[in-house]
Amino acid sequence: MAKEFELNEVEVWDGNYAASQALRQAQIDVVAAYPITPSTPIVESYGAYVANGYVDGEYVMVESEHGAMSGCVGAAAAGGRVATATSSQGFALMAEVLYQASGMRLPIVLTVVNRALASPLNVRGDHSDMYLGRDSGWVQIDAFNAQEAYDLTLCSFRIGEHLDVRLPVMMHQDGFTTSHKAQNVYPLKDDVAYKFVGDYVPVDDMLDFSRPVTHGAQTEEDWHYEHKAKQHKALMDSRTVIDEVFAEFKELTGREYKRVESYMMEDAEVALVLLGSSVETAVLAAKQLREEEGLKVGVVAPRCFRPFPYDLVRDALDVPSLKAVCCLDKSAPGGAMGALFNEVSAAAYSTKARPIMTNYIYGLGGRDFAVDEAKRIMKEQKAHADAGHITTDIQQFSGLRGPKLGFFQTRRG
Amino acid sequence: MTEIRWHSRAGQGAVTGAKGLGSVVATTGKQVQAYALYGSAKRGAAMNAYNRIDDEPITNQETKMFPDYVFVIDPALAFTDDITKNDKPDTQYIITTHLSKEDLISQIPALQDKADRTFVVDCMQISLDTIGRAMPNTPILGAFMKISKMYELDFFLDSMKKVLSKFPQKIIDANMEAITRAYNEVK
Repeated sequence: MAKEFELNEVEVWDGNYAASQALRQAQIDVVAAYPITPSTPIVESYGAYVANGYVDGEYVMVESEHGAMSGCVGAAAAGGRVATATSSQGFALMAEVLYQASGMRLPIVLTVVNRALASPLNVRGDHSDMYLGRDSGWVQIDAFNAQEAYDLTLCSFRIGEHLDVRLPVMMHQDGFTTSHKAQNVYPLKDDVAYKFVGDYVPVDDMLDFSRPVTHGAQTEEDWHYEHKAKQHKALMDSRTVIDEVFAEFKELTGREYKRVESYMMEDAEVALVLLGSSVETAVLAAKQLREEEGLKVGVVAPRCFRPFPYDLVRDALDVPSLKAVCCLDKSAPGGAMGALFNEVSAAAYSTKARPIMTNYIYGLGGRDFAVDEAKRIMKEQKAHADAGHITTDIQQFSGLRGPKLGFFQTRRG
Repeated sequence: MTEIRWHSRAGQGAVTGAKGLGSVVATTGKQVQAYALYGSAKRGAAMNAYNRIDDEPITNQETKMFPDYVFVIDPALAFTDDITKNDKPDTQYIITTHLSKEDLISQIPALQDKADRTFVVDCMQISLDTIGRAMPNTPILGAFMKISKMYELDFFLDSMKKVLSKFPQKIIDANMEAITRAYNEVK
């Protein structure tokens, strides 16, 4: 029986340690891991919990991230609660197996500490790896700070393992900005946390020899399409389960999460849409601009990146006063508009207000996102709103040194 | 909001010091951040650590800050780092050095109009005498308590004992002595 870990009402934890504590409290059967910066401390701390008797489950050291996720798939198919952690190149090496895990409907929890992808090699935080997981069929949840990394890791087990969902879940936090920044964290006691997560209920587990099953079968044009459509439906239907789990978590802790977080949007004339720790900086900038200049700025942040909350993003942007919206993508767009811009624009197109939409790329490779820069972008949106059309290139780059870079111009106005 | 920037070398304990300070402050009901910029830095490389302290939850995730206090915990960094970067008119400097305050300031042009808000303490010698090796991170916090008047020395010592509780008693005692000496010796 695992020992109880003594916790204070308030701890000063960074995002990595917060996630590792949530993993410990979930009493996982198997963690198969291969460490990589900046998520290394998650599995390092978890290994220490196992060694010191705070976890009953197995900790499997493997030869690569491909092996780590493969180990997770095997253990999950066998019928256990399973989790691991990774970042960046490790995430990329897992990519093949990520699709296996979701297609086999195995509710693995992957705590991802977002980091840039090489080349050039870079250990710092951007959203390249998170975006790489976009079409992998996993639920993707985004924590903006260390407290949220703790809370949402606990919630991830509940969401993925729910019998109406049965899908793997990625819990994202920003490399260094969140993973290595210590702040006040209010953890739950071990028994309270475990009671919230609940006992694992196996489905079609391979270790149930009385009822043999096949996992990872081959289907060609006869059935593949039906399986993928069903998988997509499960992902779309997980929205209500996510809402329920968040509601129950609020009941327990008072801390409220929504699939789309919306700040000061009631009377907003301009808004930023973005992901990750930068959301907090943007909200601070919006508050300051409202006080300093009376500029009505709001912020919208998809907490749930997949399933993409098209419905709630549309609701958040369907504000009569809203004139201009800027979507900020923290991932190299690779010859396209930013992915968040594309998805949010599609949702905004079905609103009555149909605000002006622009795109900024920012923060690649951990480039600092400043409060003043957030304010500058907000004021630029106000200029678009006043002119009635986009007064700059549609896609621009924030905080980039060298010549100004921009692409595409509007034909409206 | 109180903001602190540490100038240190990787391996001198600035991150541990920043987290230790954060842990003490959090027990008093305040909100804290403790973070660093190091990444793939090697031992001995110049680096910064940071603290933010406020009564309200802190949502600023920008790395850069305009510090209220600057701690320089490696003597040479006072000469080679841009320690007055993003300075405010009332930023206070606590610098580890064996030099007198006058000698130090006379050699650092950036500090010459800041004599009234520059303080010196020899955390290297203090930690060598007490802990037995150059570990300037805890003594600098003793000096900080004196300059900032954030907490009474006794309260801070008691709190730091809890933060250091996983260490052997001998090391805890040595750290308490180092903090007390820096508190008394900072000028």
